[in-house]
Amino acid sequence: MKKLDKKQIAARVARDIPDGAYVNLGIGLPTLVADHLPKGREIILHSENGILGVGPKPAPGEEDEDLINAGKEPVTLLPGGAYFHHADSFGMIRGRHLDFCILGAFQVSVAGDLANWHTGGAEAIPAVGGAMDLAVGAKKVLVMMEHLTKNGESKIVERCTYPLTGARCVNRIYTDLAVIDVKPDGLHVIEIVEGVSFEELQRLTGVPLKRLATAA
Amino acid sequence: MCLLRSDLKRDKKAQCDNFPPMINKLFASPEAALADIPDGATIMIGGFGNAGMPAELIDALVAQGAQDLTIVNNNAGNADTGLAALLKTKRVRKILCSFPRQTDSWHFDALYRAGEIELELVPQGTLAERIRAAGAGVGAFYTPTAFGTRLAEGKETRRIGDRDYVLEYPIHADFALIKAERADRWGNLVYRKSARNFGPIMAAAAKCTVVQVRETVELGAIDPEAIVTPGIFVQRVVRVAPSMRKAA
Repeated sequence: MKKLDKKQIAARVARDIPDGAYVNLGIGLPTLVADHLPKGREIILHSENGILGVGPKPAPGEEDEDLINAGKEPVTLLPGGAYFHHADSFGMIRGRHLDFCILGAFQVSVAGDLANWHTGGAEAIPAVGGAMDLAVGAKKVLVMMEHLTKNGESKIVERCTYPLTGARCVNRIYTDLAVIDVKPDGLHVIEIVEGVSFEELQRLTGVPLKRLATAA
Repeated sequence: MCLLRSDLKRDKKAQCDNFPPMINKLFASPEAALADIPDGATIMIGGFGNAGMPAELIDALVAQGAQDLTIVNNNAGNADTGLAALLKTKRVRKILCSFPRQTDSWHFDALYRAGEIELELVPQGTLAERIRAAGAGVGAFYTPTAFGTRLAEGKETRRIGDRDYVLEYPIHADFALIKAERADRWGNLVYRKSARNFGPIMAAAAKCTVVQVRETVELGAIDPEAIVTPGIFVQRVVRVAPSMRKAA
């Protein structure tokens, strides 16, 4: 089995982002996608704190504390980029202006419910940020995550046991094992990594998967 | 505050020669600009992380001593300075924010676990829109965000077309403390890069908006096409020297 590493998942997601797309990359794993966007495509990255046209990390010593992304890391602005206030920024999100948002997840359900903000533990301090807005707002919500938890349990589940971020909002799931579309009639496997059979993937996932003719 | 003295019927030149400027929102210091904040006030504080955080105004609020405060901010303070220092004084009764938990939010974490601060957790876009609604005179609005989640529990919902929405109410404030790059004496503002974040909407949502700026300029020196926050939303302006603080 050739599980993808995080960079490879990011590169796989990036391949599906078309020229001209407006894209929000969630905090954490999804930020890696920025490093793998195919050359020759013009893709405009949105950061919910108020930037369109986010550019690469600044060179050491060139950081500007007034120019950060949603993860509060220093970034740069591409020529043509723009700044705007928070209400406009979330208007872009909720108003369905973003083509894609890419989010990490604890769990995704068969129905496309997303849980990615809270473990639900009594001691855990809740923090949601913009996750719930992104989940309902983008035209396509892409999730990237490891297929299994550290204990080997599937993160694709019949029903989320963690508190929901959004209901029926996920369109496609990219994991270290497969690419899976969430459709009204269930989960469609688009691709499986080398060395894993559909049957093996089905066994690891635990919820019913549909095999597409194109999937190995 | 803004006596127009139009009854004097003097020509403009004579006015300029004989009277000081009619509207002057410039205050000498952060302390002077915040002196009248009462106990129990609701205060919005701008900034997302360190970008746009009005550090000197927050320091002045810590020194000012008002108690039983309700704070509206995206976060709940980092490390030991700024908002975190205010929380540490235990003068904040309640905080409305979207993302309190950070690796260095230990002052908030301790107060929250001890039950010494009330938290109203609001999705970030809903927080922004509730602030915007207050400034725009909107009584409430329906948003799809958080429908079907625990953050919508107990809230009124409605199906409009083929989507489900949650009813949300505006957040008004007594004071807003924000940071901008440049202002004139009328309070017209321009911001700098992503430090703009909550500034324009908080300015409109508060009864008294206090802005710290890096520089003040003459009326007319800011291109009217480029003014982001018109002075009608601003009551007080304080110039502070450029911050030497580094991003955490």
